[in-house]
Amino acid sequence: MKQRLDRETIGMRAAKELKGGDCVNLGFGIPTLCALYVPEGIRFQTEAGFLGYGRLVMADEIEKADWHYIDASGRFCTPAPGMAIFDVVTSFAMIRSGRLISIMGGFQVSEKGDLANWNTGGDALGGTIGGAMDLAVGSRKVIITMDHTTKEGNYRIVKKCSYPLTAKECVDLVITDLAVIEVTPEGLLLKEVAPGWTAEEVQALTEPKLIIAPDLKEVEL
Amino acid sequence: MRNKVFSSFDEAVADIPDGACIGMDSWAIAATPQNLIAALKRKGVKDLTIVTHCFIPMIFSEDKATMPSVLLPQMKKLITPVVGIAHLGGPAFVEEYVERGLEVEQTTIGTMSSRLYAGAARLGGIYNPVGVGTIMEEGKEKRVIDGKDYILEKPIRLDYAFISAHKADKLGNLVYKGVFRGDGPVMAMAADFTIAEVDELLEVGEIDAEHVITAGIFVDRIVEIPEDGLATARKLKEMIYELHSIEPARKLMFG
Repeated sequence: MKQRLDRETIGMRAAKELKGGDCVNLGFGIPTLCALYVPEGIRFQTEAGFLGYGRLVMADEIEKADWHYIDASGRFCTPAPGMAIFDVVTSFAMIRSGRLISIMGGFQVSEKGDLANWNTGGDALGGTIGGAMDLAVGSRKVIITMDHTTKEGNYRIVKKCSYPLTAKECVDLVITDLAVIEVTPEGLLLKEVAPGWTAEEVQALTEPKLIIAPDLKEVEL
Repeated sequence: MRNKVFSSFDEAVADIPDGACIGMDSWAIAATPQNLIAALKRKGVKDLTIVTHCFIPMIFSEDKATMPSVLLPQMKKLITPVVGIAHLGGPAFVEEYVERGLEVEQTTIGTMSSRLYAGAARLGGIYNPVGVGTIMEEGKEKRVIDGKDYILEKPIRLDYAFISAHKADKLGNLVYKGVFRGDGPVMAMAADFTIAEVDELLEVGEIDAEHVITAGIFVDRIVEIPEDGLATARKLKEMIYELHSIEPARKLMFG
């Protein structure tokens, strides 16, 4: 079987979308891996009320861990020079006003850029909403990192999401273990494929029709 | 000067009746007014509505740390954006209570804080772009304003707010620390009675006016956390060492 990109590589590719000066909110899972690969000058925001927090506390430096400094995924982080602390009302004015780039995980993305990433069933109590809806609606750019298909091999990039939506028409870019796909008004634009994969092979694992970029290339890191 | 300083948590929650609506911040055991929660549990009131940021199952025994979920048997309704988290088994821990009549209203973090602000400022509600086209819009008024879709979210008013602040002066002016700020400031404003548990109680004048985050007018009762209380620096540190000794928790909480 052909090799797909691993989680670190997806994170690394997502990090490439960022440039110095960007303020970024990272969701749980693959997005948190981006933090390891971002260029200088990126400031991270957490819903809890930090902008510009410092690096995470590693397992061998337990003495630095402090419950007052945790990120949105509940990991111990460190204060950093220039960091700002604020309350949740302020945090979501930041989030909903297009000042941030959001990198989140996803269960399904539709051809129109609808996102489902909080609940995989019909039951309202089947998942946790958290800040995902706010981030999806309010961010300047929404980047979704996820596996291209489910464990069972079903589509995750679909014509219409079957899971409960997080937000409609909110996704700008999808980075999967097989491809980089931009959501455009004309449809989904396949821009990059994983090494060794062809556009046809990616299309076969994608429900909606992909537009193939004229300059289609291998995923660049 | 009206005395706002109470010497015990039990005394500070003594008048909370059955059916009260209480807001309390919580990010796991961080930002959680643990002593007030424990006192409310001891008091045993029922039919509570709890508004909280994060409602997850207990990960420590109650003598070490409390979270809003210790109140589950006393609750009628829960309003929260986070009911369970995937790596702790999701919302399954509330299911038996839902079967017995607990109502769970899911919201988003931003929506909840805005609804609390609306409650605080006595606004009639907010027109919210978040939730349009999702299950969040079910049963709510929709409106187009300047060509954009919104849904009406009603204000949340609290009977009581439980706050975990770092320092208070005797007028109730509060200073927070790190993520413990969270929903504290907006909940303090949205409540008829606000009760703050604090690491340190100071005299009037000992907090620089420029550093006050919650003005004392919003705070009715203050209790200083005693050395043998919950959420002391020592207890919080112990919880870190305990989590660190558990493999999955260490992986989740450390980089």
